[in-house]
Amino acid sequence: MKNVKGIEVSIALAESVRLCRFEAISAYPITPQTHIVEHLSELVADGDLEAEFITIESEHSAISSCIGASAAGARTFTSTSSQGLALMHEILFIASALRLPIVMAVVNRALSAPLSIWNDHGDVMAERDTGWIQLFCENGQEAVDFMIIATRFAEDRRVLLPVMVCLDGFILSHVVEPVVFPAQEPVDAFLPSYEPLYTLHPDRPLTMGAFGMPEIYAEARYAQENALIDSREVIKEVMRDFGNKFGREYRIVECYNCEKADTVFVAMGSMNENIMTAVDELKSQGKEAGLVKLRLFRPFPSDELVEALTGKKRIIVIDRAMPAGAMNGPVFSEISSLANIRGIDAVLSNYLVGIGGRDVKPEEFIDIYREALAQTSSFVKDAKTNYRMVGVRE
Amino acid sequence: MAKPMEEYKWQELNVGCVVDEPGSASEYKTGNWRVQKPVWDDSKCIKCGVCWMFCPDAAIFQKKDGYFEANPDYCKGCGICARECWPGAITMMEL
Repeated sequence: MKNVKGIEVSIALAESVRLCRFEAISAYPITPQTHIVEHLSELVADGDLEAEFITIESEHSAISSCIGASAAGARTFTSTSSQGLALMHEILFIASALRLPIVMAVVNRALSAPLSIWNDHGDVMAERDTGWIQLFCENGQEAVDFMIIATRFAEDRRVLLPVMVCLDGFILSHVVEPVVFPAQEPVDAFLPSYEPLYTLHPDRPLTMGAFGMPEIYAEARYAQENALIDSREVIKEVMRDFGNKFGREYRIVECYNCEKADTVFVAMGSMNENIMTAVDELKSQGKEAGLVKLRLFRPFPSDELVEALTGKKRIIVIDRAMPAGAMNGPVFSEISSLANIRGIDAVLSNYLVGIGGRDVKPEEFIDIYREALAQTSSFVKDAKTNYRMVGVRE
Repeated sequence: MAKPMEEYKWQELNVGCVVDEPGSASEYKTGNWRVQKPVWDDSKCIKCGVCWMFCPDAAIFQKKDGYFEANPDYCKGCGICARECWPGAITMMEL
């Protein structure tokens, strides 16, 4: 019988960390990540999870101690949000370059100022070039399942890279949902204990993070980049294997109602549920719209997107982060670059929604759809920006 | 390293660029960074070893006769030895 629980997504994710048998956890509390680490500290204190829980004075130190724990061979977890992720910034590059398979739940929250504890993707978008794999969860079930999937492919010898499992702060992290929990035995079978390639151990002395002279730095970074790009196939393989074992198969790019629709949304995270509601509502009115869910942002799933987007007439890209002087939002920039390089001849439009926790309702996606239908070119003439900020008062 | 650093292709590097051979730094010669070299006047040297202690690259060694010399493979010509030598036995010379 299935073990289904009505549970807060943060607690569910922490329970998934327990199922994955993480051995080292180091984190500093920050809203809205707090419930995840609070529950983990309880699990460790109660003896339900045999892990070292390192309480520490900042996120910079938290990720630094995670690097130490992972380098020593422990399965290592951390979690943060917003300014906490920003404080980790310089160390994130080191975790990926040292090829340490740390798994981090990023509970997405807007960056200050003004101080906001609510959701947008500004925090994780600022870290998209750190060499980490980035997965985006749509609901609580994905948060639980992606922890197991991410831990497995992160530790795969063909990958050995850290992973951010992103979930929208409050909108997803604090919602109570029915979640199916796998039993411990199949998780253990799917996720054997971590066998590191290299560890810091006196029996076999080695150096991690050595000086890289100009003669070797480019080769070292190119090797890392290749590992990140090649991880895409391993991620797909692990997702397929998870589907076979647990009955829930995920794809890094997934289409909803795309077969008949020549206008499709592209979006990431929990808002995909509202977009699906909008797509269903449009369908009931006799209009066809599709949704292309982007579950993996780094490495960017270009081939899978080409397959999903080829032949579409209109592509509506939804961003949830400010472009900070760029022409468009970060997701749109990738999609428009892909469309140009791979010859996808569609009218592209870019909408910024949900900044700093502003609610985005299904009706707004219906409005966006109607507005995009009237657009005849990807270039928005007579406008200061090439994107439209939804719901901003002016 | 089994071969000079500039001969490695990216595919040949260890995962994470891990260095798994202890002492490999000695294979990297930094002496060609030098624009000046230390020259000892043994008539002033009292064999105290201050130059040997202060050399940040451990490039100075003591010869059998007790006087000191810099290994040209590793001496970067920083001049710390000449600055610290209180009897004034070391002069930095153009190459």
